Amino acid sequence: MRCFDVTRRSVPASLMKLYKSVILNKQIHQPPMLIEHKHTHAVNILQLFTISTAHIIRLHDRFKELDTERRGYLCPQDFGAIKGLAINPIGDRIIGAFFSPGRETVDFYTFVKILAHFRPADNIRPKESSSPEPINSRTNKLKFVFQMYDLDKDGKISRIDLLKALRGMLEMQVTEEQLDSIVDRTIQEADLDGDDAISFEEFRKSLEKVNIDHKMSIRFLR
Amino acid sequence: MGPFVSPFNNLLCMLLGISFTVWFTLLLVFIIVPAIFGLSFGIRKLYMKTLLKVFEWATLRIERGAKEKKHLLYKTNSNGIIAKEPTSLEEELKEIRRNGCNRELNGPTTTIGHTPSSSEYEMSDIFYFFRQGIESIVDDEVTKRFTAEELESWNLLTRSNYNFQHISTRLTVLWGLGVVIRYGFLLPLRLTLAVTGVSLLVFFTTLIGLLPNGRLKCFLSEKVHLICYRICVRALTAIIMYHHSENKPKNGGICVANHTSPIDVIILASDGCYAMVGQIHRGLMGIIQRSMVKACPHIWFERSEVKDRHLVAKRLSDHVKDKTKLPILIFPEGTCINNTSVMMFKKGSFEIGSTVYPVAIKYDPRFGEAFWNSSKFGMVNYLLRMMSSWAIVCSVWYLPPMSRQEGEDAVHFANRVKAAIARQGGLVDLLWDGGLKREKVKDTFKEEQQKLYSKILVGVQEDRSRS
Repeated sequence: MRCFDVTRRSVPASLMKLYKSVILNKQIHQPPMLIEHKHTHAVNILQLFTISTAHIIRLHDRFKELDTERRGYLCPQDFGAIKGLAINPIGDRIIGAFFSPGRETVDFYTFVKILAHFRPADNIRPKESSSPEPINSRTNKLKFVFQMYDLDKDGKISRIDLLKALRGMLEMQVTEEQLDSIVDRTIQEADLDGDDAISFEEFRKSLEKVNIDHKMSIRFLR
Repeated sequence: MGPFVSPFNNLLCMLLGISFTVWFTLLLVFIIVPAIFGLSFGIRKLYMKTLLKVFEWATLRIERGAKEKKHLLYKTNSNGIIAKEPTSLEEELKEIRRNGCNRELNGPTTTIGHTPSSSEYEMSDIFYFFRQGIESIVDDEVTKRFTAEELESWNLLTRSNYNFQHISTRLTVLWGLGVVIRYGFLLPLRLTLAVTGVSLLVFFTTLIGLLPNGRLKCFLSEKVHLICYRICVRALTAIIMYHHSENKPKNGGICVANHTSPIDVIILASDGCYAMVGQIHRGLMGIIQRSMVKACPHIWFERSEVKDRHLVAKRLSDHVKDKTKLPILIFPEGTCINNTSVMMFKKGSFEIGSTVYPVAIKYDPRFGEAFWNSSKFGMVNYLLRMMSSWAIVCSVWYLPPMSRQEGEDAVHFANRVKAAIARQGGLVDLLWDGGLKREKVKDTFKEEQQKLYSKILVGVQEDRSRS
């Protein structure tokens, strides 16, 4: 019987307990060093991600649902099995965002971290400027989208990056010339310093008026 | 010591003998005889009402206990866990652009029909696809149809216990009592009945198979099938409510129903006689299948024949043309779905051209989860779980017969029937293929999304170049 006793009083303690039950749960086999890593971060998670424990439980259930072979981690095929993702034109890129370079598996910690980008922004800003910016701030969300475009991770969206992204979204439906003209026009408009590529600042400026929080947020129903 | 032991032994033997006799007599009188005549004492309905009252009490107790201890309860949500805005690609893109547009647009080159925020590519377009993708990672419509439905309240079964931990002693005692009753009393009783039912079926159908073909044989085989299925229904403590029995399938027709578990067959066949369709198995199932076909013509396929669509279609249509043969029972979804939705119907059975009698089956999950998750449990494990649940409660609706209209193709007809079944049973009507349980999505779906997006973008470019 799984028991999740979530009291509001001492959150870090209950979160530790949750992580212990989640991670040391026999169904999830993690190598010991990773367990240590999570425990030291357990308390920071709440501040970093600001996800409520009830939502963590839901995400954990979903993680287990996707982890069909019960290995305790997800691999690209597990993501590929999600039907909605398979028909998404940028599905492959989204899957790629979960796997840091060189890694072939996603553990629950990383899973939550990536999804935390999509948490609706809080209205209360932390008073101390020294605390790290929450992961779901406007800047961090924009950075995440920037990564979707900037595949070669050179800090700029070059012509080639944009071309590849557009081709993913449009595939066979448009001709090369049409693609080229769209790319030309976009870079022309957004590129302010004339280096024929879009840096993060230029990207941010071109999306100044867009309500990022609304478009890049996922709200849990309960 | 000798004389003292033997009368004691005798007494023990006598007591055992008496209790067995009483047990079997009760079984016979209260269960088997009504099954033979199709009557009911109403014991099961009474049992169901009592159970419901107990569950209500248990739920209230849990909620009260949680409130007292100020716990956060893990609530389930069958409508999905995230808020999804059902806007289309076009609407979303328009909205994103309307907000983000900070350029003056070239007035003369845009056509009059378009809104000022022209549909040209913007870097923010990717938000739509990105969010859709992440939403489907967190919660998607299809994957959750292949696992059992979550319950709102606890039904005192450990297997559906998510987090209702120790709230009160009374609840735990009740749960313990439930375990004793289910495993100590109900399970052996049900096993006995199941074994009786199946062996009677095999025995009598083989006997009837020896008779020459004729009216007597059909009559007897119908009776035998009904009796044995009724005994099996009691073996599962299935409490079934049949609605609109005037629409029951007739000879020469095809009966289609939504598929949740192998028990669907028993439920439908205990109320009417059908010709079953399926693949011949080995082992016990094979024995049952072979003996059934001796008494009346069912349609069993060899494994190799299943792949040949034309052969299958021919055998089915030959069967329906013969009006003396029983209506065929088919489950067009092809696989078990968890009874919250109806998935794509395979068009094969709808091409045959006879009258289709749709039937909707809806299980009540509070008494026992009837969905067979074939990737999690094997058949035997599943049946044991069924027999150790409280009961199987379901409703069966016989819908009015439908036939293919002039100029309607099989796929459209299948969707029409599916919609009727979904509507009646209160299930979600999905277009996805049940085969997605095991297979990947076809690329055509992805292409459709791409086509839609490109139409929005490129369509305008063409207008631009024209004007």
